Amino acid sequence: MAIDTIEPSSISAGAASGPRVSFRPSSAIITIAAICLIVVVASAIFAGVLAPQDPQKLAPAMRLKPGMPGFPLGTDAYGRDLLSRILHGGRISLMIGVGAAIVSVTIGLTIGLVSGFFRWADAIIMRIMDGLMAIPSILLAIAVVSLSGASLKTVLIAIIIPEIPRVVRLVRSVVLSAREEPYVEAAIAIGSSLPKILWRHLMPNTFAPLIVQGTYICASAILTEAILSFLGAGINPETPTWGNIMAEGRAFFQIKPSLIFWPGVVLSIAILSINLIGDATRDALDPRMKQRGTGK
Amino acid sequence: MIGKVVEINNLVVSVGTQPDASKILDNVSLQVSEGETLCLVGESGSGKSVTSLTIMGLLPKKILVPTHGSVRLAGEEILTATDRHLRSLRATTMAMIFQEPMTALNPVVPVGKQIDEVLRTHTSLDARSRRKRILEMMEQVRLPDVERIFASYPHRLSGGQRQRIMIAMALVLEPKLLIADEPTTALDVTTQKQILSLIRDLQKDHGTAVLFITHDMGVVAEIADRVAVMRYGHVVETGSLDAILRTPTQDYTRNLLSAVPSLVPRAARPATASAPVVLDTSELTKVYRERSMLGKVREVAAAQDVTLTLHKGRTLGIVGESGSGKSTVARCILRLIDPTSGGIRLIGREISFLSRNLLRPHRKHIQIIFQDPYRSLNPRLTVGETIAEGPVNYGMPKADALKRARELLELVDLPPDAITRYPHQFSGGQRQRIAIARALAMDPDVLVADEAVSALDVSVQAQVLQLLDDIQTRLGIALLFITHDLRVAAQICDDVIVMQHGRIVEQGPAGDILTSPKQAYTQQLLEAAPGRGWDFANFRPLATGMAAPAKTRDIALNS
Repeated sequence: MAIDTIEPSSISAGAASGPRVSFRPSSAIITIAAICLIVVVASAIFAGVLAPQDPQKLAPAMRLKPGMPGFPLGTDAYGRDLLSRILHGGRISLMIGVGAAIVSVTIGLTIGLVSGFFRWADAIIMRIMDGLMAIPSILLAIAVVSLSGASLKTVLIAIIIPEIPRVVRLVRSVVLSAREEPYVEAAIAIGSSLPKILWRHLMPNTFAPLIVQGTYICASAILTEAILSFLGAGINPETPTWGNIMAEGRAFFQIKPSLIFWPGVVLSIAILSINLIGDATRDALDPRMKQRGTGK
Repeated sequence: MIGKVVEINNLVVSVGTQPDASKILDNVSLQVSEGETLCLVGESGSGKSVTSLTIMGLLPKKILVPTHGSVRLAGEEILTATDRHLRSLRATTMAMIFQEPMTALNPVVPVGKQIDEVLRTHTSLDARSRRKRILEMMEQVRLPDVERIFASYPHRLSGGQRQRIMIAMALVLEPKLLIADEPTTALDVTTQKQILSLIRDLQKDHGTAVLFITHDMGVVAEIADRVAVMRYGHVVETGSLDAILRTPTQDYTRNLLSAVPSLVPRAARPATASAPVVLDTSELTKVYRERSMLGKVREVAAAQDVTLTLHKGRTLGIVGESGSGKSTVARCILRLIDPTSGGIRLIGREISFLSRNLLRPHRKHIQIIFQDPYRSLNPRLTVGETIAEGPVNYGMPKADALKRARELLELVDLPPDAITRYPHQFSGGQRQRIAIARALAMDPDVLVADEAVSALDVSVQAQVLQLLDDIQTRLGIALLFITHDLRVAAQICDDVIVMQHGRIVEQGPAGDILTSPKQAYTQQLLEAAPGRGWDFANFRPLATGMAAPAKTRDIALNS
């Protein structure tokens, strides 16, 4: 055998760096997460068909009733069916979560790539981002909403703006270290154009942290929306969102905890599933991780 | 047995405790006596470091498990010793120094205090006598101005000084055994020479047993009393230094020695003054400006007035120690950084001040291979995509570029099916071949190799050098070869430039520079080259002043 084929054994490499302890969800867990997410998304999409009642119909006689036929999870303080509200609420909440994640990651990625690669742009962009980060995000969101009136669009914008600087910082830090890599210099040497270097050699490095950040933004957007609703600066309280339902249920927590419990459970399942699938996607995008996975 | 400081008998270290677990060390037996230096040599992955970690009791628990055999340190069994007992043994009876002294030292504590900590924990001396003992030790490791260094932070010291501190720390409690794991690999040759002779002298004074781990046969020749050659977790051969270097009995040892490049320059190729000049620089200078907090500007010339000429089909070497500016010159020539002044002419065109866009058409004439094959390939692109990227940039259709990539893989001796695989599926030597294929895809006139074989094991290094030589003969490419290793330079360069502090000290044909240097600095570099008294490939010491032709380098490396 040629000596060239000596592979520094992966085991001795592991010995040098110490034990690697990391949580890698098994494929079974990821399958379950995917099924849960599909169920949650589908039930939000088909809420019109699945919901037993009109989520906005007030029925004073039915206030705070426990589960019964036609009202499987009981009713809230205005006699509205809780299950119907959760199903319909999923539409807005998921839209806000996913929308905020996609838009803020896209904008942040673009700004971050420019900021990380071009020194002259960096100083200007990062000072603006620092300025944005200095304002508490809820305060900024309230200001945006109160300036332009509460609607789905303004709430979304209000949630996205404070998230952008975080994404920019993340992308910038990855680009700053990646652009010093010899393979980036090699790309310059073989005449690759700037957009190509950014797109092909630098951007893929940001995917792993961005996917994690994206799922985090998705979760926190759903929560921020709930906070805005609770403060009266969010979407009209009649329109059900998971946050709205919980905010309203808070006053009756001691009488009827299920008003918070059920939307909370659905919210947790949705966010956990998004996070797990995010992790799995990140691993699948990295060829090194892919091999490690199949090697087991 | 009296005099034996370490005795390892039939040691087996496995991955985990399963009976069918793979063995990292298999039946390793070694002894080191008082006052003796045993060199453990082997290529990466041979189990050298695991052996030393086992002796120190530092194996990662439950991951690497000694399943068989015994390790006795001064008569005491290590494998069954308690953690507590091991901890006290580690300071008082055995000590270890590492490759990278910067990471082994705490950056936020003055070095004197770090040595003091060892004494405070393991002795009952009072503060004054501890300080006296430390200053004494620092003088013994030949540090200058010990009072100042005592209070210095690690980053204020040079690499050699840091390694001296590590040695002082290791020896301050007079251990019976010193384990040195590649302690000079990160150092320049002149510093390496000093550290090696320091270890030798201290050993003589204190009677310490030294287990010296290295991959460098030159270092072995300098320091070893006995040598143990390791491969795949086995001890292949053990013997006295002389026996191993002169009459190795195992094929693997012979191959390992044959692969060591000779310091004697290869036979000069016919000078080709008529060959066209492909690259020349005139008074190339790169100055870095640092602005301190008070607005004072400090200028550092990383390269100054570098003038060189490279002819078609020839190899020009730039040698020098770290910080000599050799890489700065390479990066300026490639315009990866912008030179401060001076000219660079590539195929007759001045490129030193072209803008990024105007430069693009010229880029394909000059290509680079980097030192670290693990970082010079984008891990997310397949080998095919990596090699094809350059030609595609210059308008070749993707399909043609991939076809060319396949041909190039064959040229660099890789299977054509490598094209769809990812870099992590290859060894270091194979990755370096991929990097060479990427550079060749551009049909360059000049190939810059920036320490291109320094990160490779010696046998792989010989193969990659051979490959570069073949390619040059076949394609007539000019090579600019940057290295710190005089042996490598001797084997591949036609002409050599010696650099120090950003300036050219001496230049001329490799045969002249490496056998009869004129400048003191070049002489000093050659003096410091480890194992310069040996002709490893021919298993004999060099007769002084001889110029025996280096043995052919296309040795069979099969085992």
